[in-house]
Amino acid sequence: MQKKKKRKGVGEDEACVTVSPSASVGDGRKPARRSAQTALAISKNCSFMCFCFSSGIMDTRQQSKIIYSWYGKPTNSDRKLRTLQYKGILIKSERSRKERCIQLGDFVLVEGENADQPFVAQLLDLYEDGAEQKHAVVQWFSHISEIPKNKQKLLKRRISSQEVFFDKVSGYDTDIAVETIIDSVLVIPLRLKDELPTRLKKEKIFCVKQSWDGKCFKALSPHTFSKLNEANRKEDGIPNSFNSFVPSDIISSAKKETKKAGLSATKTKNVEMEIESKHSASKSSLSKKRHSLRVANGIKNPTARKKLELNSPTRSPKSKLLEQEDIWALLDDDCDSQLLKPTAIKRKVKFTEVLSSPPKITCANDKLKSVFGTAEDQEVLSGTLRLSPYRKLEDSNEKVKSLNMEVDAIVLTGHKELGSQSPAVTPRSRRTCTQETSTRIAEQISLLNMLESKEEEDFLSSSDGSYSSSSEEEDSDVSCTPEKKTKPSRMFSTPKSSRKPSVHTPAKTPKKTPLPGTPRTPRNATPEIPRRSHAAQKPTSVLEEARLRLHVSAVPESLPCREEEFQDIYNFVESKLIDGTGGCMYISGVPGTGKTATVHEVIRCLQRATEDDDLPSFQFIEINGMKLTDPHQAYVQILELLTGQKVTATHAAVLLANLFCTPGPKRKTTVLVVDELDLLWTRKQNVMYNLFDWPTQKHSKLIILAIANTMDLPERIMMNRVSSRLGLTRMSFQPYTYKQLQQIISSRLNSVKAFEEDAIQLVSRKVAALSGDARRCLDICRRAAEICEFSSQKSADEIVRMTHITQAIDEMFSSPYIQAIRNASLHEQIFFKAILAEFRRVGVEEATVQQVYRQHIALCRMEGMQSPTVSDILAICARLGACRLLLLESSSKYLHMRVRLNISQDDVMYALKDD
Amino acid sequence: MNKRKLKESSGTDGECISQVQKMLRERLCHHRAMGKLFGIDQQYKHLLELLKQTTVCGESNSALIIGPRGSGKTALLNRVLKDLREMKQVKENLLEVHLNGLLQTNDKVALKEITRQLHLENVVGDKVFGSFAENLAFLLEALRKGNRTSSCPVLFVLDEFDLFVHHKNQTLLYNLFDISQSAQTPVTVIGLTCRQDILELLEKRVKSRFSHRRIYLMNSFAFKQYIRIFKEQLSLPAEFPDKAFAQKWNSNIQLLTEDKTVQDILQNLFHYSKDLRSLNFLLMLAVSNVTVRHPLITASDLQEASKQYRMDSKANIVHEFQKFIQRKAHCMYNFEKPVVMKAFEHLLQLELVKPIERPSVRSQREYLLMELLLDNNQIMDALQAYPNCPTDVKQWAASSLSWL
Repeated sequence: MQKKKKRKGVGEDEACVTVSPSASVGDGRKPARRSAQTALAISKNCSFMCFCFSSGIMDTRQQSKIIYSWYGKPTNSDRKLRTLQYKGILIKSERSRKERCIQLGDFVLVEGENADQPFVAQLLDLYEDGAEQKHAVVQWFSHISEIPKNKQKLLKRRISSQEVFFDKVSGYDTDIAVETIIDSVLVIPLRLKDELPTRLKKEKIFCVKQSWDGKCFKALSPHTFSKLNEANRKEDGIPNSFNSFVPSDIISSAKKETKKAGLSATKTKNVEMEIESKHSASKSSLSKKRHSLRVANGIKNPTARKKLELNSPTRSPKSKLLEQEDIWALLDDDCDSQLLKPTAIKRKVKFTEVLSSPPKITCANDKLKSVFGTAEDQEVLSGTLRLSPYRKLEDSNEKVKSLNMEVDAIVLTGHKELGSQSPAVTPRSRRTCTQETSTRIAEQISLLNMLESKEEEDFLSSSDGSYSSSSEEEDSDVSCTPEKKTKPSRMFSTPKSSRKPSVHTPAKTPKKTPLPGTPRTPRNATPEIPRRSHAAQKPTSVLEEARLRLHVSAVPESLPCREEEFQDIYNFVESKLIDGTGGCMYISGVPGTGKTATVHEVIRCLQRATEDDDLPSFQFIEINGMKLTDPHQAYVQILELLTGQKVTATHAAVLLANLFCTPGPKRKTTVLVVDELDLLWTRKQNVMYNLFDWPTQKHSKLIILAIANTMDLPERIMMNRVSSRLGLTRMSFQPYTYKQLQQIISSRLNSVKAFEEDAIQLVSRKVAALSGDARRCLDICRRAAEICEFSSQKSADEIVRMTHITQAIDEMFSSPYIQAIRNASLHEQIFFKAILAEFRRVGVEEATVQQVYRQHIALCRMEGMQSPTVSDILAICARLGACRLLLLESSSKYLHMRVRLNISQDDVMYALKDD
Repeated sequence: MNKRKLKESSGTDGECISQVQKMLRERLCHHRAMGKLFGIDQQYKHLLELLKQTTVCGESNSALIIGPRGSGKTALLNRVLKDLREMKQVKENLLEVHLNGLLQTNDKVALKEITRQLHLENVVGDKVFGSFAENLAFLLEALRKGNRTSSCPVLFVLDEFDLFVHHKNQTLLYNLFDISQSAQTPVTVIGLTCRQDILELLEKRVKSRFSHRRIYLMNSFAFKQYIRIFKEQLSLPAEFPDKAFAQKWNSNIQLLTEDKTVQDILQNLFHYSKDLRSLNFLLMLAVSNVTVRHPLITASDLQEASKQYRMDSKANIVHEFQKFIQRKAHCMYNFEKPVVMKAFEHLLQLELVKPIERPSVRSQREYLLMELLLDNNQIMDALQAYPNCPTDVKQWAASSLSWL
């Protein structure tokens, strides 16, 4: 019962298929022959048809310009999961009015992070979930650029850009949104030794030779190979089948022949077009023109395809082989005879190759009749239907051969395939082609027969006995049908079930190598600093070596004293990676406490872990608020690092939101380090909001490590909705204690004996007391080493002692003011004294120049010096103001300019006392 | 005409003197020229060593040269760079980028200038293309690509460093210092500033990345050194063509340094300001007085120069326009209103008096509150210097200014 119902479903489907083209053409040229069957189909499936179309309309999801709708009615439904499965999807572009149908088993291009490099995949399942979201289950193919560099070496051969790898890596989500499918594409399976035919090199065809499972490359297993091959072959057949209507046209009315020829011409053209568009994703203006032609009877193609697609992909290779052999035996003679026959016909129709089709079809019909031995109307029609692919291929073959038209990928593929499959048949390419075609026809015939017989079983009193040759096939077919029916559902259920719990199975996936950021300016400009003409000198002495090691830029082997923080961050990121979820962490600490260094160390360790396959791979990107000219530039940088695209800030924001908020195909976890977070602050805080909102999205797989200086930044500058999204995972880096600093210096110096122990301790204590900034500590040590080197040029084995350290510390920490006052000229010093005196007199720490001037003159008189003029005083005042020893008002006020000290009075007194 | 005649009359002498003038003027005016450095050997060595480390070893550094105006910061740097360029290891091994805070007023302009001076690839001709963000990304990318051992070191000289501090977020400084503290292209950032409080202006992150090397130029020499500088600035070198003249000139300079009045003049100047630029100005004036008739600098020359140099400008003006004050003083007696107003306006123009409030349309000019921008002493001085000042003005000044 169940079985029957299913079969009926199939039959209905097919009926619908046959109807829809005529419905879509709707130009009154409906062939009479077909109309009988059509009428039948219509009468039977009228209601369903309506559903089909309406559902197509209703399902139409309004994406910007492209409408995705289901093709056909749901084939299978799962009550538990409330999913409906479909056989194909229609992609309709609103603008160009063109429509494509992609069906199960087809190869598709899937929108990637990078618009220039879409992913390649094979469509395995299409379904709609309870929320009316369209989903597709795919088998991925990896491009060479998706495979990590270090693994690429395993291949030991040059990889053409057209080669892809059958992706067995388990980490990728195979469930994608249908909206991410861009276009169909052709993927040809090849043996390892084979090369892609040179004539195909220019086209957008992919070939697959090996599979990739994250660790090594393997040759395709025979099973996969044949499966891929089959999917391909089926695709070859697709475009042709709808032309089966042509012959019936001709048969029905001979007087309209010219007109019909025109029609068929367009149709053949369409076929051509179809093939071409399948293979070349590039849209030349020519192809566009042709596309528009195709659009006129666009629905035909999908329907035709649908019919053919029904069985082929899921058939077990064994039964297929059997069938093939059967039909081979049957058709071989036919082919041969046919090859000889059409010469006359061909000559006749040479001026338009289109006209050649009718006679051939008839002869094919004849042949078929002879094969099947029945001449019923129905039979004939089905015969034409069945044979059409054959004719069409023959046709296109001729085109390639005789007219030297554009390269037809399918035919060539056919050659290649056949060549690899049965090398014995190669010399006569035409023959092989026909042979190949015949096998395909045989397959299709058998399928159609089976279907038809089913159909007939349902609504016709069929003559079972008439199918002499196909009856056994039918049997085998029937026996395999349930298998087929169940198999896909099993197959599809696996990814579905695995989708939820184990989106994140550990997988070794290639780390996306972001395109090197080539700035847009002159498009080809490569940023580079010229190389030095002389080689850099190697450190010659112990001190020089020490200085190099102590330089802040030197990357130490390990980060001492931050083990705890390191572990915390590592655990956080690791757990998120394993779970395949997103999250935020906020890291704070004063400058020079090793925040960024620790995070980088964590990332390095994680990357090492992924290389050893302990962790799923991830993509690491980093932005720095200080290195952005504007907070919104963060979007631009993130997008560029992710995908290599360069767009404007607003556009980048949209793209990123798209990327992180839609269930993206084949996405790895992204680890984003945002350094100097506080600089991403904007009035609306939308940059911060977005950054912290993305990780909370279900599909984003984004881990953010935000770094800033202040511990309470989220509370101080963030709005509630932003800080709430940031979450409470926080960590603060305490300033280093002197012991830690000491350890840092010693670990950096490692074995180099250049510093006294006490000296190191002195530095650490001094710096820890002041700021705990490790950078400062290293700088002082470096300077001390320099001083040591400088002071002891003769004795080579000097090491840095306390005195050197003290000198360096003095140099770096001494206040410059006192020294500056001491070195000022006499009148400048007197001016200071005058200021102090005036302050004391008035009791306010501010005075005008005029007041100070009077004091100054008085002081000069006391010292018996020549008193300066007002101009002199103002010059002195300006000088001291420029050094910021004094704070001055703007000088336009002249004598009434107010003066203030920029240092404490005590300091001034102290500085002046010694004189 | 006159000059030529003189030259003809005293052939070689004139030649010599014009040469002396040329040489000394160049030395005194042209501070970019590689003049001698005085009293800053320590700093010179420090800076030279620092730059050598960058160029030879590829070590990144950052330093500030701090010192009051006219203390020879630029001279020091130029001198070091000149000596550095002459070294064999350094030749053509150092890219220099010179920025000035007065010219590169924001990071956008500064970035363009850096890209231009580095001749990066987005420079076409003299123009730099691309937006600010692109330029920054491009420059950072360029600098990130390099590494310590293979890339050509880049020296960034930021003149008027304190002005860069005011750029938004201190993006440029952060990035330059960050590069100098990370394993990228070796860079050395040298900032020149006269502000002592420069470090307090740096943002904490920028400050942490700065290596805290400060080279102070303090004019920390005593008067004896000052005299020596004076001597050296005026002395003719040994390679002067006319040996006899040079000897004569030099011995004269030697005499001058021992002269009491000269020493007094110099002492005075030294007390006012220790910077060498003021000394150079003084000497410039003196040197300009040298002619064929007056071939050697005398003490009086210097005295005259110092007088000129230290002329109180306002007092000067007061002197010349005393009559207006005089008229004003007289206005209560016999002058008519327009005359007084005219005089008043003149004073306003010279900014000897200044309205306290902004002049508005409503208030009449006669009733504006004014402020005197002069000190009493200046007025007194001016009145005394004014040859035929009416006695009643003098009396008025003596009586009314005394209480001010």
